[in-house]
Amino acid sequence: MIGMLNQLSAYFQFPFVRYAMIVGVLIAMCSSLLGVTLVLKRYSFIGSGLSHVAFGATAIAAAMNLTNNVLFVLPVTIICAILLLRTGQNTKIKGDAAIAMISVGTLAIGYLIMNVFAASANLAGDICTILFGALSILTLTRTEVWLSLVLSLVVIAVFVLFYNKIFSVTFDEDFAAATGNRAKLYNLILAVIIALVIVLAMNLVGALLISALVIFPAMSAMRVFKTFKAVTVCSVIVSVACASLGMLASILAGTPVGSTVVAANVLIFILFCIAGLLTRRAKS
Amino acid sequence: MPQLSCTDLTLGYEGKPVISNINFDVNAGDYLCIVGENGSGKSTLMKSILRLIPPLSGQITAGSGLAANEIGYMPQQTAAQKDFPASVREVVRSGTLNRIGFRPFYSTCEKHAADANMKRLGISHLAGRCYRELSGGQQQRALLARALCATQKILLLDEPASGLDPNASSEMYELIKGLNDSGITIIMISHDIEASVKYASHILHIGSQSSLFFGSISDYRESDAGRIYAAQQGGTA
Ligand SMILES: Nc1ncnc2c1ncn2[C@@H]1O[C@H](COP(=O)(O)OP(=O)(O)OP(=O)(O)O)[C@@H](O)[C@H]1O
Ligand SMILES: [Mg+2]
Repeated sequence: MIGMLNQLSAYFQFPFVRYAMIVGVLIAMCSSLLGVTLVLKRYSFIGSGLSHVAFGATAIAAAMNLTNNVLFVLPVTIICAILLLRTGQNTKIKGDAAIAMISVGTLAIGYLIMNVFAASANLAGDICTILFGALSILTLTRTEVWLSLVLSLVVIAVFVLFYNKIFSVTFDEDFAAATGNRAKLYNLILAVIIALVIVLAMNLVGALLISALVIFPAMSAMRVFKTFKAVTVCSVIVSVACASLGMLASILAGTPVGSTVVAANVLIFILFCIAGLLTRRAKS
Repeated sequence: MPQLSCTDLTLGYEGKPVISNINFDVNAGDYLCIVGENGSGKSTLMKSILRLIPPLSGQITAGSGLAANEIGYMPQQTAAQKDFPASVREVVRSGTLNRIGFRPFYSTCEKHAADANMKRLGISHLAGRCYRELSGGQQQRALLARALCATQKILLLDEPASGLDPNASSEMYELIKGLNDSGITIIMISHDIEASVKYASHILHIGSQSSLFFGSISDYRESDAGRIYAAQQGGTA
């Protein structure tokens, strides 16, 4: 135990480890905020579609040797989020097909471009990093940390300011629109923050595992809590705890950051399922 | 000037008409029941009045002093709401959102309005309960309380008594009648022809062209549409 603490404090001497922890916690907060909305609005597939878009954009950015690829990936993802939301609203089937087309298309083109243009010798390694996050959180530069910091604060601020409106368009969009609220505007805001969260979370867990980071904390909280507020607060706490523990564990055990954090989330989900069953049984 | 008037409306989806030739006026304080078979386009008409679906042709005009944020709406239930984690209080309060504009949070005024409407519908004791764990009748009341929070002028109700037992549905109709007596215009979709004829002031019957009808209750009783429909539904209009 003491040995582990010593080892940790040794690690925390390094600035990049401290950066990684701060950014990781903020990203975990942001991604969990929208979980309930995404799941209940049937947007979770938009989330995974967008993460493929982000993968394609990252691959293109890597092939173009951009110094700061977030500046390219972010606008592309936001535009796709808005497009997907638009098509999704018209008719159900067409929306699904559009998402599948955009996400699989960008995935394929991204891989193709990386293969053709990549300068790096370790292509498989690079792709693995983009897909699973691997060690990327520990290699963040100072600008990336600041950018992540600002973006996550923006996401949190927008969520808090629009909390009641997001509740209303999630619970019953028709009612919100019918009674004179700007439901379309709120949906647009939702799309933009979803895109922000996806791009942010790519740093922590990689493109393939983002959906897990968004959906698991909300699903865990929904096993036990019954009000929107309680579920939101609980998923933030669960997500932050899983991210911190997962990152510490990955530092100590040398496991990949992303998959360790997601594994922690899966574990908590199972525990919450059991807790939910027990409380329900105790009541009846 | 009527609060709401529809002229030569044709409604439908993606260019395909579902109903056409709809003409009617609603004056302040009216109680209009919309009746017709399943799939005849009642919900479609209501959604068009609410501007959720654009009409294929014709016009829907809101009279003076009826702004979009002065309309209350109670929908037929959707699937998504069935597993939504929300307390009754959260649901009812969301009805007041159309008056808070760009303010991010509810003020005490909106909270009081929500409390008052829950009390009016006798669900104050359920305020902290989870919406999805309520009975059908309790859920309908919560949705009606939310609709009331959104308006003081006009309420549009899509089958407010569907799925309720005879007692609960007559209670629901009494509640709605009470609201109408306090001056709120009611536009309600219903399959209960007996209750419609008992409480409403006007009937709009939609269906095939020959059975289209709009008029007051006494006219409806005399009309062909009314007699045929009543006979089919086993009512005593
Ligand atoms: N989103 C939609 N897209 C295309 N067609 C639709 C859509 N919604 C409804 N319809 C069609 O429009 C017609 C009218 O539907 P509507 O829901 O208005 O009927 P209704 O009178 O409310 O029926 P019910 O009594 O069952 O509630 C139906 O034939 C239905 O198939
Ligand atoms: Mg209907």
